[in-house]
Amino acid sequence: MEITPAHYALLSAALFIIGVVGVLVRRNIIIIFMSIELILNAVNINLVANARHLENLVGQVFVVFVIAVAAAEAAVGLGILLAFFRNKETVNIDEMNVMRW
Amino acid sequence: MDLIWLIPLLPGIGAALNGLLGVRYFSKRVAAGVACVTMGGALLLSIGAFYQLLGAEHREHVVTVAQWIPPIPLATASGEIGAFEVPWAFRLDPLSGMMILIVTGIGFLIHLYSVAYMDHESRGAYARFFCYLNLFCFFMLMLVLGSTFLVMFVGWEGVGLCSYLLIGFWYHKQSASDAGKKAFIVNRVGDWGFMLGIFLIFFTFGTLDFRAVAEAAAEMPVEVGGFGVLSAICLLLFVGAVGKSAQIPLHIWLPDAMEGPTPVSALIHAATMVTAGVYMVGRNAVLFSHAPMVMQVVAWVGVLTALLAATIGLVQTDIKKVLAYSTVSQLGYMFLATGVGAFGAAAFHLMTHAFFKALLFLGSGSVIHAMNDEQDLRRMGNMRLYMPVTFITMFVGSLAIAGVPPFSGFFSKDEILYRTYLNNKLLWGLAVVTAGMTAFYMFRLIFMTFFGEYRGPSWGHQEGEDHAEAHAAADDGHDADAQGHAWHGPHESPGLMTGPLWMLAVGASVAGLVGIPAAFGFRNLIEPFLEPSFTAGAAHEATEHAESHLLEWGLMGFSVLIAIAGIALAYHFYVRRPERSEQLAKHWAGAHRWLTNKYYVDELYGATAIKGTIGSARGLWTVDRHVVDGAVNGAGWLTRACAWVSHVFDKYLVDGMFNLLAWVCTEGSYVFRRVQTGLIQNYAVATLFGVFAFVTMYLIARYVG
Repeated sequence: MEITPAHYALLSAALFIIGVVGVLVRRNIIIIFMSIELILNAVNINLVANARHLENLVGQVFVVFVIAVAAAEAAVGLGILLAFFRNKETVNIDEMNVMRW
Repeated sequence: MDLIWLIPLLPGIGAALNGLLGVRYFSKRVAAGVACVTMGGALLLSIGAFYQLLGAEHREHVVTVAQWIPPIPLATASGEIGAFEVPWAFRLDPLSGMMILIVTGIGFLIHLYSVAYMDHESRGAYARFFCYLNLFCFFMLMLVLGSTFLVMFVGWEGVGLCSYLLIGFWYHKQSASDAGKKAFIVNRVGDWGFMLGIFLIFFTFGTLDFRAVAEAAAEMPVEVGGFGVLSAICLLLFVGAVGKSAQIPLHIWLPDAMEGPTPVSALIHAATMVTAGVYMVGRNAVLFSHAPMVMQVVAWVGVLTALLAATIGLVQTDIKKVLAYSTVSQLGYMFLATGVGAFGAAAFHLMTHAFFKALLFLGSGSVIHAMNDEQDLRRMGNMRLYMPVTFITMFVGSLAIAGVPPFSGFFSKDEILYRTYLNNKLLWGLAVVTAGMTAFYMFRLIFMTFFGEYRGPSWGHQEGEDHAEAHAAADDGHDADAQGHAWHGPHESPGLMTGPLWMLAVGASVAGLVGIPAAFGFRNLIEPFLEPSFTAGAAHEATEHAESHLLEWGLMGFSVLIAIAGIALAYHFYVRRPERSEQLAKHWAGAHRWLTNKYYVDELYGATAIKGTIGSARGLWTVDRHVVDGAVNGAGWLTRACAWVSHVFDKYLVDGMFNLLAWVCTEGSYVFRRVQTGLIQNYAVATLFGVFAFVTMYLIARYVG
């Protein structure tokens, strides 16, 4: 069975939805970070598949940028998370509600 | 004759000296001296000028002292531009010559008389009195000597002013100051007519010079049937004369003017100022003889005034009021004379009247002086025992006014009656009735004052009198006692007062001789002498009357009979049977009341003119208060109301809008701040649904729209 761009699109969409749902419903902030990684990687799959399909390397170059930004984001996010944990001793997102009125 | 301008100026200087320095610094003797010397100088100058006038070929002399108003171009009725030019010019001709002799002569005598009469006054008031008296002579001489209407008008207003000042001389007395105001205001009515007349004269003739106007008027046709411009001029001038000479309907001020000192009544309100109206009409004889309709008016006003004033005079009890009504009545005679065209007779009567009326007033002043300021005839009596000189001179004056020959009044009054008879029998009848009344009321005055029993207050020296009564009498309203003059009963006046009385008595006796009617076989001197003043140009009209001397003799005899009848009647009622007069007054109570109240003319004017003026003033005040003030207040109220509306609008609408916005924001923020939960997942959901929404909209727009 030949793998068509539609298959890549479906895989990418599935991963994206799993990531979004994970961000929305999970309480552990580490899991949420991981779900965000899932969303980014779903986008990456989409970009690579279409770059291949369209025979344009710009998509693959863009994926490298996305991976670099995701690494930076994970580093900053984990830094904030560590600082928070040292103050509140929790990683439950429901208790992270100090930024409100 | 070139010095005639000095004649008015001398009393003017006297007035200035007394007015500016005298009131403060002069002693009584100096103040009186200044006044009498200046008047004496004016008298001497007048006599000299008159003597020269008699000798002159052409009996008219005009002296121009200075330019007053330089020529001003003004439009006139003829379409030409007239030069409105008024010099200070004085005219000496027979009429003004006679007038200056009267004014300075009688004025001088009255000045002498006043020296003694006013002696009770304080030093300042004394100088003030002589200042006013001199000022009056200044203006009066300017009035008679003025060569143009405007110079005459200056004198005319000036004498009115002095009249006001002198009537109100005792200004602390309410009645005196009221009388002064009344005289002044009533005279304004007349002056209004005189001024309009002057305006119309300039508009018609383009000049104000008497001679030029007379000559221009002589060229114009006599307005027999109609009422033309000359008639209008004459009527307006006559209104002025009516005011000044106290004729009906403006006669009301003269009796009240008796509030002034008696020499003033004699000089101003009998001899000179009040005759200014007659003089003015005589001065404009040419104009008046061209307006026969107005002449009729003049004659009728004159005769009615004479008659009504005489009837009022019959019942007055104030000695000066009797004389005042007598003056009004005699002035009526003069106007009657001018009205029938006998200008010479009018001027003649003016002269004789000046003598005998000044005499009578000064005599009454002497009586009043002797009686310690008592003026009521009913409180006098038998005075001839106490003051023989006053009695004799006043008796002469009364004979003169009653028209008993050969005293002066007889000739002048008879001339008027004769000329009236030739003109209009009805006027003559009324005038003769008046003559009878004149004789009656004058002798009523004489008999009540000088005959009968003494009815006045008693005094300390009287024998067989107890002291309580004397005290009561002294308290009986005699203020002079309070001034420190103990009154010792009626006494003859000092020589300075009796001297002028003697001189005037001589004048009143013989002044008539210059006008003896031709019927006596003498030449009538005064009328041909005055004739040039009453005609235009040199052409003398023949004044010889073709009437038979028999008629004149008959009329003369008749009027003498009437006069004697009047005197006899007065003798009957007031000497032989004094109680009869009171019975008569009771019997005719209604008529008597009308007469004592002077026909209620004052009340009529009070109810109409004065109430009307006050009413309209009140009306205007109400209009002012409610309409004008109301408009202003209304505008103010409206502004405030608008401001209030604007304020409400601002406060509730404009401010309200902003406050509402703020309120909505405040209230809205309570709802919307709930959105900011601080929970990241809520934000994420919102973001997601936002993305869904936008994508949905995009898709719909792309594929459906």
